[in-house]
Amino acid sequence: MAAPQLEALLNGQRRALAQSITLIETGGPPARDLMRAVYPHSGQAHIVGITGAPGAGKSTLVASLALRLRARGHRVGIIAIDPTSPFSGGAILGDRIRMQQLGGDAGVFIRSMASRGRLGGIAHATADAARLLDAAGFDRVLIETVGAGQSEVAIAHLAHTTVVVEVPGMGDDVQAIKAGILEVADIFVVNKADREGADLTLRQLKAMLRLGELADPNWEPPVLPCVAIRDEGLAALADTIEQHRRYLLESGMLARREAARVESEFFAAVQELAVERLRGRLGSAGYERLLADLVGRSVDPYSAAEQALGGRP
Amino acid sequence: MERKIRVLVAKPGLDGHDRGAKIIARALRDAGMEVIYTGIQQTPQQIVETALQEDVDVIGLSILSGAHMTLLPKVTRMLRDEGMADVLVIAGGIIAEDDAAELKAQHGIAQVYGPGAPTTEIAEFIRSSIAARPSSTQGDNGGATA
Repeated sequence: MAAPQLEALLNGQRRALAQSITLIETGGPPARDLMRAVYPHSGQAHIVGITGAPGAGKSTLVASLALRLRARGHRVGIIAIDPTSPFSGGAILGDRIRMQQLGGDAGVFIRSMASRGRLGGIAHATADAARLLDAAGFDRVLIETVGAGQSEVAIAHLAHTTVVVEVPGMGDDVQAIKAGILEVADIFVVNKADREGADLTLRQLKAMLRLGELADPNWEPPVLPCVAIRDEGLAALADTIEQHRRYLLESGMLARREAARVESEFFAAVQELAVERLRGRLGSAGYERLLADLVGRSVDPYSAAEQALGGRP
Repeated sequence: MERKIRVLVAKPGLDGHDRGAKIIARALRDAGMEVIYTGIQQTPQQIVETALQEDVDVIGLSILSGAHMTLLPKVTRMLRDEGMADVLVIAGGIIAEDDAAELKAQHGIAQVYGPGAPTTEIAEFIRSSIAARPSSTQGDNGGATA
């Protein structure tokens, strides 16, 4: 990336930021050059993941939360992820429909992102896009995942604070002790809390937390009722996110999470680079031949991988 | 990796009929594009701001209210002011032939579709227009990402 464009990005120029996100979504060497230049300028933002089932009200919650954070003087970047069709490769990105009230505010930047085949609720480019927003001066980055089921926990590796959104009537108390998404929550929100059964859901989540050991013994995830569409409970949510941030900073957990985060990004970068170099070395015909050999069982994936990385050590 | 075609489908103006817009959004998704759908009653400002943040290649404007001769030129004018004249803008809805001709000739609307236009034709128009575009549209990044 040319220096003027990097400067424009770091100055928070919206077009440069938007084009940079497109560049990293497309990937390849230019994307890496960009992220190399941006990396030293990142690390300021607090990243908040918002996850939960489709229809739980994540987009509405994100919009209301962003308004609160704006009122407190933060600049808010939003990445909203929707699924890519596995058949056509296309996607409908519709989260902005619920975020209209954020329009016309230079302190907010919203980007819709398709998952592009990545499972786990976020896209391949999500971490880098968050870093770009961070470098462009957005000190709070909200990431809304794909409507998640029970195992879309990738967001927890990316976010500093993970908010899991539940709604009343999602199942009995056995659902609440199952593994997965409920384990990664730093904060629970029971949205649509004006509906019947909200009290029960609140009680079940609290009971679930007391049944076993906490992921972090010093932070019991608060369970907060909200009615996002009527802007109820959002001040408490914004307060709790800030509390969690302070807790992470003071306990040293932020540094530990950051280390884990950087490690998983590093692994992903190694993997991407290794595959790219392999394809470059083999050429497309050679790569197709290797795949055919794997399918035909004349080579196994483990030996092929060892060979790709220069043979047995 | 290939660069995906990103399309903003929006409805400017006050009419609330979004069935056509949804059909187009769905068809373009099925054609492998990423479609940002923002729903009804969008102002030209909102449309241009969204197009900028989402870095779209194409804007599809669905309009049935009759206000197309005011709203559509406003969108393309604002795009030009933002330095985004390279974004392909197409329109669909109830638009008289004379109006369509004027929108195309004078107001930077690349194509106008009426009711019943085959969605495959629209997808193909977008794809060929994007392919024919000079690669410099991505500023400093364009050539390198292709």
